[in-house]
Amino acid sequence: MHDRVILWSLLGVVLMLLAPWGLLQVLPVNQAQFWTANILGRGIVFGIIAMSLTFLATYGGFISLAQMMIAGVAGYTVAVFVDGAVPRIVGGFGYAVAIPLGLLAATVMGLIVGAISVRTRDIYLLMITLALAMGVFRFIETNIAWFNGYEGIRNVVGPGVFGFDFRNAYVFYYIALATAAALYFGVLYLVRSPFGLVLQGIRDNPRRVAALGYAVGLHRIAAFGVAGFIAGCGGVLATIYNIGISPGSIGLGASVNVLIMSVIGGLGHPLGAFMGSLVFTFFDTFAASIYDRERFNTLIGVVFLAIVLLSPDGLLGAGKRLRRLLGGANAPRP
Amino acid sequence: MTLRLTRRSALLGAGGILAGGLSAPAIAQRAPIRLGGLATLEGPFATGGQDGFRCIQMELERINSTAGGRRIELIRESSNAQADVALARARKLIEQDNVDMILGPLSGAEGIALRDYSRTLTGKTIVNGSSGASDTTLRNPSPNFFRFSTDGTQWMAGLGNHVYRTMGVREVAIVAGDYAFPYAQVFGFNIEFCRAGGKVTHYWAPLGTTDFGSQIAQINRSDVGALVVVHGGTDGLAFMTQYAQAGGNKPLVAGSIMADQSMLSARGPHRRVMTGMISAGPIADVIDDPMWREFVERYRRRWLNEGGFQSPSIHGVNYTTNLMGILHALNAVDGDLSGNQVAFQRALAAAAFKAPTGAEVKLDHNRQAISDIFVNRIEERDGRAQVVAFARANAINQTLGTPEAQFLALGAPSRDNPGCVPAAS
Repeated sequence: MHDRVILWSLLGVVLMLLAPWGLLQVLPVNQAQFWTANILGRGIVFGIIAMSLTFLATYGGFISLAQMMIAGVAGYTVAVFVDGAVPRIVGGFGYAVAIPLGLLAATVMGLIVGAISVRTRDIYLLMITLALAMGVFRFIETNIAWFNGYEGIRNVVGPGVFGFDFRNAYVFYYIALATAAALYFGVLYLVRSPFGLVLQGIRDNPRRVAALGYAVGLHRIAAFGVAGFIAGCGGVLATIYNIGISPGSIGLGASVNVLIMSVIGGLGHPLGAFMGSLVFTFFDTFAASIYDRERFNTLIGVVFLAIVLLSPDGLLGAGKRLRRLLGGANAPRP
Repeated sequence: MTLRLTRRSALLGAGGILAGGLSAPAIAQRAPIRLGGLATLEGPFATGGQDGFRCIQMELERINSTAGGRRIELIRESSNAQADVALARARKLIEQDNVDMILGPLSGAEGIALRDYSRTLTGKTIVNGSSGASDTTLRNPSPNFFRFSTDGTQWMAGLGNHVYRTMGVREVAIVAGDYAFPYAQVFGFNIEFCRAGGKVTHYWAPLGTTDFGSQIAQINRSDVGALVVVHGGTDGLAFMTQYAQAGGNKPLVAGSIMADQSMLSARGPHRRVMTGMISAGPIADVIDDPMWREFVERYRRRWLNEGGFQSPSIHGVNYTTNLMGILHALNAVDGDLSGNQVAFQRALAAAAFKAPTGAEVKLDHNRQAISDIFVNRIEERDGRAQVVAFARANAINQTLGTPEAQFLALGAPSRDNPGCVPAAS
């Protein structure tokens, strides 16, 4: 089972590697570029953030609404420290320093969220992470001195990478893809390590794991730290993609969007996060072209409802059902 | 059951993807000009965004969607007043829909995001919709971003002088929201009022405050000559209601979004104290100008039965003004956008025309409007409270007449930098 997942995932990565070339074959140059950066690239970046949620939900059973906020903490840290950002808050650092600082900040924030919510489960965990996300959001929105309040920090253009400009659509796309692939396989590796197995034990029966002598709380906090790091990677990429960050990027709407992506894709496997974010990005971008411009949110809502109603475990579940329907023999285990 | 439905959902998804398949636009010499319209049809400013599109549509209908001998094709997009959403929509308009220019966005942070994006473009132009942050054009301006509407600081021009000279008030209390737009407005008021020699006390309150009791008590105990209210929306309503209930009786002066039909049409005790209130801004309900009367008349005829307001909103007027700038330049270059729009952008920069309010509009070297601002008083007319312009400050630039270097040296407006500097003597 596991080997087959790895194989399919590798195939997916290869497909994504070839996707920009394929788009160039069927679309004019500027539209192919648009699809590469703003549908696939943006989808991958938000997929990374959604994967941090999926990781917690699939292997720990924790649904956290704080992941977008944690991504924002990374983005804001980069924006505050990096040279060239407008307005200059601290500045004076290159991307080589600012990005690791951002990832560190996100990891620490993940650990803090994990520590604060360590004794809650289910709906209470959802509420406490939502409260934390909204608290940080309001703090950033009203703080002018450090975060420039409502207008946020602009002009975070991203580093040059091996002489390539980050603002080039293809450079951005392949960096996002490489990051996503590394994190994805990292998660698959991690959940087979002793740490990941304990985490899944906690998901299934925390008392029994505690009785076996494992520190349940510490494992939970560490899992949130890992998820924080993943969200941070997404947050840094999203900030550079948006040429800056403002509180709207981490508000309630954005936090819920990440949850929607995860649910659309399915919470059964990290792969679902990327499937969900790609579908979400597609409809978010084109709903207004497909349907009435003043009511396009209805279409997004209907698609979401349809997926959740017809396949409660998201696109992943739909895929499995389809395979069971077509093949029968290879029916996957639940 | 589930299986059948799943197959259907797969079909649905495939259908959606097919529907999204897009055709490449043909580029011909006299092909239509593609104009991307970006306004907020979601979120807190949805009504303003709708009115923006109403006014754009009305203006395009008036000219039969033709300028410089070419048809204009409007492609609408909606954002929700968040910078990253506006940016995503602008990217889609430019890169996917292949528009020649964008008219938008509506709010401050969006404007700054699009200004930054416009810098990365060649041969494309972004003309502001209704966003009013000063920094969009004042600091780090972009060569591809034009704004024919005025900013929040400009909107207060003439008010400080009126309060000091005409009303003879030497000291005021300012109550204002604790975020960027009120900062800019307070800055604009203080520049004039403090330069004239006035003294101010500030009372800040975060956006969404509902209880102003302690501030009102302090203000009523103090002996300031007037009260300047720079709140808007529900905050403004809450403040004015509580101020009226507390028996406040100081002369009232207000920011540009306070003296507004949304406030005046709401019922409550605030209406009693608001009559006679002085304010300033780029529009009023009643302006003694034939162009404005004609515009309001046309607007009411076209939209009153289709969900429009009694009188066009500030956003509608700003979108129209910016669209008029575009049309003016298109006529000047005869619809020629070739050569990376260099000639078109030069024509934009040189455009001079009259806004729907009758205000003269031209651009400064940062491609920011220099235009007229109205000083208004709220009066009872035709049985309802209306904002009536009684004075006009002509050709107000972005630094309110202060030399630019000196203005920039004051720094960006904030609660620690409200712009109150006495005249250098």
